[in-house]
Amino acid sequence: MLKHLRPAIVLTLAFTVLCGLAYPLGITGLAQALFPGEAGGSLIVRNGTVVGSALIGQSFTSDKYFHGRPSATTDTDPADATKTVPAPYNAANSGGSNLGPTSQALVDRVKADAATLRKEHPGPVPADLVTSSASGLDPHITPAAAEFQVARVAKARHSSEDRLRALVAAHTRDRLAGLIGEPTVNVLQLNLALDDLFAQ
Amino acid sequence: MTLDGWFQIALFSAIVVLLTRPVGGFMTRLFSGERTFLSPVLRPLEIGFYRLAGVDEKTEQHWLTYTVAMLVFNLACFASLYALLRLQGLLPFNPQGMTALTPDLALNTAISFTTNTNWQNYGGESTLSYFTQMAGLTVHNFASAATGIALAVALVRGFARRSSKTVGNFWVDLVRCTLYVLLPVSILGALFFVWQGVPQTLGTYTEAYTLEGAKHVIAQWPVASQLAIKMLGTNGGGFFNANSAHPFENPTALSNLVQMVLIFLLGAGLTNFFGRMVGDERQGWAIFTTMGLLFLAGAAVLYWAEAAGNPTLTALGLDPAGGNMEGKEVRFGIVNSALFATVTTDASCGAVNTMHDSLTPLGGLVPMVNMLLGEIIFGGVGAGLYGMLLFVIVAMFVAGLMVGRTPEYVGKKLEAKEVKMTMLALLCLPLVNLGFTAIAAAIPAGVAGVANAGPHGFSEIFYAYTSMSANNGSAFAGLSGNTLWYNLTGAVTMFIGRFAMIVPMMAVAGSLAAKKRLPPSLGTFPTTGPLFVALLIGTILIVGGLTYFPALSVGPVVEHLLMQTGALY
Repeated sequence: MLKHLRPAIVLTLAFTVLCGLAYPLGITGLAQALFPGEAGGSLIVRNGTVVGSALIGQSFTSDKYFHGRPSATTDTDPADATKTVPAPYNAANSGGSNLGPTSQALVDRVKADAATLRKEHPGPVPADLVTSSASGLDPHITPAAAEFQVARVAKARHSSEDRLRALVAAHTRDRLAGLIGEPTVNVLQLNLALDDLFAQ
Repeated sequence: MTLDGWFQIALFSAIVVLLTRPVGGFMTRLFSGERTFLSPVLRPLEIGFYRLAGVDEKTEQHWLTYTVAMLVFNLACFASLYALLRLQGLLPFNPQGMTALTPDLALNTAISFTTNTNWQNYGGESTLSYFTQMAGLTVHNFASAATGIALAVALVRGFARRSSKTVGNFWVDLVRCTLYVLLPVSILGALFFVWQGVPQTLGTYTEAYTLEGAKHVIAQWPVASQLAIKMLGTNGGGFFNANSAHPFENPTALSNLVQMVLIFLLGAGLTNFFGRMVGDERQGWAIFTTMGLLFLAGAAVLYWAEAAGNPTLTALGLDPAGGNMEGKEVRFGIVNSALFATVTTDASCGAVNTMHDSLTPLGGLVPMVNMLLGEIIFGGVGAGLYGMLLFVIVAMFVAGLMVGRTPEYVGKKLEAKEVKMTMLALLCLPLVNLGFTAIAAAIPAGVAGVANAGPHGFSEIFYAYTSMSANNGSAFAGLSGNTLWYNLTGAVTMFIGRFAMIVPMMAVAGSLAAKKRLPPSLGTFPTTGPLFVALLIGTILIVGGLTYFPALSVGPVVEHLLMQTGALY
């Protein structure tokens, strides 16, 4: 037992220095040198202010913008620190709804959201538009969910739908090599392009 | 289900198959003490470690000495991590000013990372400092993974050696595994993940202002360096609360594919290592095939269940082609979420890219079954192989009973001592996971943590103890685990799940090592063919089924039947 103490303590310390400090700090240095944008969080800067990260979804509520997916993230209740309040797209506290498939709360939420959405566009609602994402920060929607919102955005922007469809198509990313992953539309980048288009 | 979905499952499987031999070959050279292509760089560092630690790399250890060394090392790991968590507020690299963890949460977290479980009762971005994540959790991601592999290497030596008193040197196996396997792959993996968009920075959280003018604080950390070892070491503890579902912790479909491959990489490679060590690679491929078939069965069921979706939601006017997207990310979709959930619970990784709590009932059944079978489908690094070899002993014992002959496996006679120790190792898991589930479901302190009502609530509790006893670490995360009850019982569960299995397993290793190796005779049951694979799968499913069918019926099975009738809670 005692003869094992020295290697146990020495190796714990040695691994802490090697794997806990040298490795992460070395990777930080390399990453900042090789991929500074990505290592810093893929931030998007407009007119000197950071408007977000290309990888992190944010809340859009105006009719003039395409909307992302429902987000179940929360924040500490300012009135009572032991409780939480809903705070969609809180990028400092990621998480999903954790509602199970037979949850009344889940069905109530989806029913209300689907009813609202069907007022602006008849027909089946794309599943991703009324289901909350795993992280609560999903930056993407499916191409079908973008198409679903084209009519609303076009009306709010006084634009033709075809003009918006072209913009959505330009911001739709297919599967990698046509095979891996799923087709996606990045909502923040699409909305930035939308602002650019109509600022001209 | 789509053709492209099946193609993605096939592509992943093909990559794992192709990597198995090279990894196994490298490990065989490494753990036999031969030079590898990394030796010119790493050998001086390795020797330095031995000098500092006072270890003579030529001295081998008896199985009991090996086990005690491992336990003392894990005790040192636990103590240092516990101290770090309790002193967090006083330590550097803490730009967000995180304070110390409570004693029960620190205990749970320290046990969790020492046992390779990485169950998390805290939310990463809201609780821990950069220093804790790096010098605390990252270190134990390496150390616990290396511990698991060292133990598997010792058991394999037990099968491979003839009349030997020793099974290797724990310190040497530990250092070699960390330096030559875990660290180099992690460095490459971390850089790859940064390229894909995973942050690696020590700056403070970024304050952004959205297009609609709202303030938006973005948590970003040195994520990539921990992410790589979290996958490779089947640890699974996420930097962020949402784990590998967080776009910073898994930004693209490609990063997702590489994460899944890293989870299986060492577990698959170890099967080939086993085959090479016992002198017949086909022995390794028979184990690999058993694991592979169980993996494919789980992936197929989970993919089918999630693609079929939730009939209650479809009835509200949702496009049925979308499947069950609650708790999933668009960039992964149904297939990559289902595949990841299978892989992470086959191996005792426990990282998640989808919220398991929101899986359909049968979709959620698959991860539970994967863990309940004992994390032997590639499994935790090292733990998967030694767990599977214990099942092989049971299977060969059953086969021996059927023909009335002393069972043999790779030339070693399996006698009363090995079979008894194996049963002891295998029975400790149901004792803790079923035992604590039963108690928690019956007392207010246990039920208080449940987020969903009805059978799903029971599933949340059962999943928690299953995950902790199997050292997996994934969760039906609606359960509020950061309570005194769950912190303490969880710590006990994780401890027993890890060490109560290891000690008898090491006794088997020592006993086997001391035996002669018999040449195969006409009466030897061949352990490289389909009959052996079928027997092994049958044994695993019968043992698992008999133990857990009642508990699974009360949770996911009954919930599935209720969901079909539209019942809600």
